[in-house]
Amino acid sequence: MNCRQVVELMTDYLEGALSAVERARFEDHIAGCDGCRAYLAQLRMARKIMGRLAGEPVPPTVEKELLEAFRSWRSTR
Amino acid sequence: MGETSVDSELEALKAGDEAAFQSLIQRYHSSMFKLAMTYVGDRGVAEDVVQEAWLTCLRSLDRFEGRSSLKTWLYGILVNVARARRRKESRILPFSSFWRRDESDSHRPTVDRSRFGSDGLWSDGPSSWDNIPESKVLGEETVQQVRSAIDALPPKQREVILLRDVAGFEATEVSSLLGISPANERVRLHRARAAVRQKLEEYLNPTNSEAAP
Repeated sequence: MNCRQVVELMTDYLEGALSAVERARFEDHIAGCDGCRAYLAQLRMARKIMGRLAGEPVPPTVEKELLEAFRSWRSTR
Repeated sequence: MGETSVDSELEALKAGDEAAFQSLIQRYHSSMFKLAMTYVGDRGVAEDVVQEAWLTCLRSLDRFEGRSSLKTWLYGILVNVARARRRKESRILPFSSFWRRDESDSHRPTVDRSRFGSDGLWSDGPSSWDNIPESKVLGEETVQQVRSAIDALPPKQREVILLRDVAGFEATEVSSLLGISPANERVRLHRARAAVRQKLEEYLNPTNSEAAP
């Protein structure tokens, strides 16, 4: 496996979708390759940053409207 | 969150606990809105879609038995509402280029060939970010780069990365929510993550990276 091939397997690796044989070859390559190790670490960092986008603040007017909708749903049951 | 607390959250909602509903809104609304934007493209319409999804959730809550997680059920409703709205909008705007063909399902390389030598090894490899202060790597400007990288993705890649990496669904849940195969989900996810990483590299190592392929 060379670097050009390894970078295209990074998602399958991170998602646990490689076969045991492919995984071993991937890990062998990574162990000896600074560039691919950096690339993998960067994908992990990208995921970490993306995870922070989930709980972004809800605009107060939107939240207020939804809570009002909840109260009206509750009152009509 | 363990299964017990999820069940008790559902019970609290059914019992009319407003704080439980507010907590759901705070956790999921922003990624639901981002996902809705993937389908309808217009902020106002996307806001409508998310609101309709929440209202549908409330109307159906008493019939929801908790066979899937509350979160999966909620996003499933959102995807259905958003897709229905897109169909409606595309009847009004038949030539909308919004959901145009893209390369999301392609197996073309995601890293520019010029960065490798003829032996397939890096000639212009990525520089480690280990020496960049964490306050920069995780800072607001970096987060903004990631937001704009996601916004620039073709819709098929955006919906996958939003569900998997932003909303934090398991891969199998993403493929079943979107009705695509797990292999297809990974192909789209791979292209999307490569594009986000590329954008980060352009920002964090400006001298290192060439333009994206």
